[in-house]
Amino acid sequence: MVDTDNIMAPRLQLRGITKRYLDVVANDDIDLEVKPGEIHAVLGENGAGKSTLMKIIYGVTRPDTGTISWEGREVAIGSPAQARALGIGMVFQHFALFETLTVAENISLALDERIKPAKLAPRISEVSAGYGLPVDPDRLVHSMSVGERQRVEIVRCLLQNPKLLIMDEPTSVLTPQAVVKLFETLRRLAADGCSILYISHKLDEIRSLSDSATVLRAGRVTGTAQPRHETSESLAKMMIGSDLPECHVRDREPGEPLLRIERLALKSPDPFGVDLHDITLSVRSGEMVGIAGVSGNGQKELLAALSGETRSMRNEAIMLGQTPVGHLDPAQRRALGLGFVPEERLGRGAVPAMSLAENALLTGSHGKVANGGMVRRGFVRNKIVRQFARDVIARFNVKSRNEQVGASSLSGGNLQKFIVGREVMLDPQILIVAQPTWGVDIGASMLIRQTLLDLRDRGAAVLVVSEELDELLMICDRLAVIADGRLSVTVRTRDTSVETIGTWMGGQFADAILTGGESMRA
Amino acid sequence: MNAEQLIPILASTVGAATPLVYASLGELMVERAGVLNLGVEGMMLVGAIAGFAVASQTGSLTLGFAAGAAAGMTLALLFGFLTLTLQANQVATGLALSLFGIGLSAFVGREFVGKVVDGLKGLSIPWLSDLPLVGPLLFRFDALVYASLVLFVAMQWFLNRTRAGLLVRAVGESPQAAHALGYPVIAIRYLAVLFGGAMSGLAGAYLSQAITPMWVESMTAGRGWIALALVVFATWKPWRVVLGAYLFGGVTILQLHAQGFGVSIPPEFLSMLPYLATIIVLVIICRDPKTILLNQPVSLGLRYHPGA
Amino acid sequence: MPRLEPRGEPSRAMSYASPVLAVALTLLSGYFLFSFLGKDPAQAFLVFFVKPLSTAYGIGELCLKATPLILCALGLALGFRANVWNIGAEGQLTIGAIVGGGMALWLHDVTNAWLLLPLMMVAGALGGMAWGAIPAFLRTRFNTNEILVSLMLVYVANLLLSWLVRGPWRDPQGYNFPQSPMFHDAALLPVLAQGIRTNIAFPVALLFAAVCWVFVAKAFAGFRFTVAGLAPAAASYAGFSAKRNIWLAFMIGGGAAGFAGVAEVAGPIGQLQPSISPGYGFAAIIVAFVGRLHPVGVVLASLLMSLLYIGGETAQIQMALPAAVTGVFQGILLFYLLAADLFIHFRLHWKRPRVATTHPTKEAT
Repeated sequence: MVDTDNIMAPRLQLRGITKRYLDVVANDDIDLEVKPGEIHAVLGENGAGKSTLMKIIYGVTRPDTGTISWEGREVAIGSPAQARALGIGMVFQHFALFETLTVAENISLALDERIKPAKLAPRISEVSAGYGLPVDPDRLVHSMSVGERQRVEIVRCLLQNPKLLIMDEPTSVLTPQAVVKLFETLRRLAADGCSILYISHKLDEIRSLSDSATVLRAGRVTGTAQPRHETSESLAKMMIGSDLPECHVRDREPGEPLLRIERLALKSPDPFGVDLHDITLSVRSGEMVGIAGVSGNGQKELLAALSGETRSMRNEAIMLGQTPVGHLDPAQRRALGLGFVPEERLGRGAVPAMSLAENALLTGSHGKVANGGMVRRGFVRNKIVRQFARDVIARFNVKSRNEQVGASSLSGGNLQKFIVGREVMLDPQILIVAQPTWGVDIGASMLIRQTLLDLRDRGAAVLVVSEELDELLMICDRLAVIADGRLSVTVRTRDTSVETIGTWMGGQFADAILTGGESMRA
Repeated sequence: MNAEQLIPILASTVGAATPLVYASLGELMVERAGVLNLGVEGMMLVGAIAGFAVASQTGSLTLGFAAGAAAGMTLALLFGFLTLTLQANQVATGLALSLFGIGLSAFVGREFVGKVVDGLKGLSIPWLSDLPLVGPLLFRFDALVYASLVLFVAMQWFLNRTRAGLLVRAVGESPQAAHALGYPVIAIRYLAVLFGGAMSGLAGAYLSQAITPMWVESMTAGRGWIALALVVFATWKPWRVVLGAYLFGGVTILQLHAQGFGVSIPPEFLSMLPYLATIIVLVIICRDPKTILLNQPVSLGLRYHPGA
Repeated sequence: MPRLEPRGEPSRAMSYASPVLAVALTLLSGYFLFSFLGKDPAQAFLVFFVKPLSTAYGIGELCLKATPLILCALGLALGFRANVWNIGAEGQLTIGAIVGGGMALWLHDVTNAWLLLPLMMVAGALGGMAWGAIPAFLRTRFNTNEILVSLMLVYVANLLLSWLVRGPWRDPQGYNFPQSPMFHDAALLPVLAQGIRTNIAFPVALLFAAVCWVFVAKAFAGFRFTVAGLAPAAASYAGFSAKRNIWLAFMIGGGAAGFAGVAEVAGPIGQLQPSISPGYGFAAIIVAFVGRLHPVGVVLASLLMSLLYIGGETAQIQMALPAAVTGVFQGILLFYLLAADLFIHFRLHWKRPRVATTHPTKEAT
């Protein structure tokens, strides 16, 4: 793969890139080289500094020190427009698309030449057909699935004939089958001479796709490798500095159902949202059930219905034990033993501007804690609130000076440990967790997963909704898949495979609702 | 009621609607860019006094209108500096701008109470203006009435047909995405805010130089707030802004003429009509949250910091 | 070039310092404004800020004018904490004055002040609440923006008052002036001491401030308000009802403003007139922000704002300064405060941050 006689200048070369935010060094003296037509991976766990580095290359952020060379020439990339002028395109992890505009309008805004969206349409169709990325130029983005949106982003880049394409965690929004197709497209692009910078923390993907890799840990380069010649274990060692930790899943015979969803149907209050159809599921005591699916298929709506944030369903559609709770608000459901960890940590699971103690009070106000509750006769008992917060911090190894620091000052992983810890310490009979380890480093991920498993072993019913299929396969007893607002039947995790679940994620889990692939939301 | 009574009513409806058209089209642009400026009332008042002061000193209405627009823009610049550069809360700053405008205009205006200027006259287009019926209904308005309709057409075209307009809409939906693509979000928002200020100032100047050519303290009487409500009523669409402005112009004029028709309702209750109508109209539009969610610029009123 | 840098955590010190900074900058602006108007700034400051405080009567006036500001601003501040934007306190105050004052006119033969005054107070507060209930109902039931509705109702309330004093409630012996008969003695609030006009509404306002402080600092309902204001999604996740917050905020705000209204007509005014407030309900918005939405801060800011009103009047009489200068000062004060608040979340860096790097020579441009 690497030709020693190759005298061609690298397409992109970074030397000594350093970027600091406040007291955090996001990138520390980073060197990186990408050759023409090469697929180069940047591997690192969450918080290793990958995204910052890509923003620097794309001109969104400027480095404090260091140089960037493009095709042998030193350049300063002051803005995304300059990056695009050089031939750099980027597909963002959280898409930089405008939902209320059409595909053509979106693409026209990203092109530096001024073309009317209407005149752009044939070119879009041409490129998308050429690379097997079908998109309809006249559709409004909000009506599209995440997979389709990613195609729009890729087509948007390809229209500018990029020489370097940056892909930031592109597979987190795709079904396993769609990942295979994406890789085909990327290999074809590389064969045509386009370099690809592929950012990921998924070891298998990098081993199957990339020619070479740079590994980051805590903002520094910890190695370069040819992933095809490495094992997942050796890559993991470079990435986290030790072997991948493992969870201990004990076999356990489940008991009575504690959470039952029966023929739940719900119209989304959001005009761009997904309606739920006929969802049925039960989670038993001592059991962990996972819901897999590509984001935007009704997870948000299902979670809001379960937590009580939306309540316009039949009262009997959701049962906690023997009690119908469809009309109860979140606080009332919590009083019946429901715990809930939402996907967004800052602003929903925790109030950023409030201290950890106040954030303990957020859901703990009427929970069973030591010395009687946190609230008595309408007044807050600060001593008990603070003691509870200190207990969460200590028991779940939250790295924080004390319970008085603001939630916004914690790292993503530490805040998630605090939120999960808070919910678990309130001793729920049923715990619902959304994206338990999204954006969390591996150490904290393992602690959180083990916490959930321990809770299950104590006899609680745990429901995990996650887009990380690997995670669900690791910790769940049973799995179901959500697609287009419908839920599949559950299967025992040990009886299924990535392929089956992947097919289901495309919506093909029952003849009755077979509509064919990702475009079913159209 | 005969045509002789009706024609002046219809004609004065147009006059009453025109300042609302300017102020709400201006605010519509601001809100499409994702910024909520609640200071319309203040900018209108400052525009009214600035316009009146300059017109009465120089004798030039044109200079007066220019001064009104410039004064509105100056206040808008202050708003932009606080909310866009210094990241202050848009609601609080907008309220502050209105309160400040009320105070400032009263302060500056005390020397102009009781003075008069020659108000803006209707055009006299040869032949057309003299036509019976059609003449007074279509061809005898002042230049700014026609200009307000040109502005409406121009904005419709700008927002829906030009790249710059597309960009304004894009910034209003997702400043983060626009920033990631390399667009100067803050600069675009500044321009929209300044445009809104100029239009509010012009609307105020129209009140003090065309409708009632004199200065009275707090003469806008809540029209700035009604203009804000019109933008919601219009679900952020220019054509509905114009429709709404003319409806409100009609309500305002009707209550003035009601007594002439022998309606024996105390004048205070008739004067309540525009305010009550505003509330009713808001209720009708907002009743279904989806109407608002579907049409309101997504980032409206939210703080945005482009980051390092 | 100074650069703004986000702070890791909002600065508590700055959140207390910024109102002080804003007041200082307002005074500085006043210096230039007075100079520009051709007045001696030193004398103007003396007239504006010192003279009113030099007599017991002056201090009494300060407290008298601060009373409606404290009442209105406390109610607004509680709402603002929960992102409930009631800006119609002026209208709720007017309706309070109408209902409470109407009670005094209706019960003109009741001479027992112990019976009549509490009735008037309660009626005024209920009137303000009823007026506040309209935007609360429209917001919770029809999703209608409470800013615009509460504001429109200010105009409606003023027109209603105007109709009453020109029409049905006009004093028959009043030479056709648009005003009601003077209230009889039993319908007037007792003053606190001889020689001043401050009445018992002032200690009531202070007591209300103490209650609000307990609400904000100790009560779980106050915590729910704060969460709703800082992070609405977190409030809904925790199960704090947004509708309950909106209703509570409007009831507290409307009730307090209504009480302030009846205290004005049963206090210094003594009758119903077309205008019973020089914009207390709007000034209260500024007071609420300058007071950091905190009850203690609101009391201090009310006293400051009251001083601006009195100083403006004194300056008008003694120095021929326009009274409207007060309005300008109020606006400027709020602008400075909003600007100074920047430093709660950001800090200034005068140089590029120095970075220890292994390649000090490779300075990116």
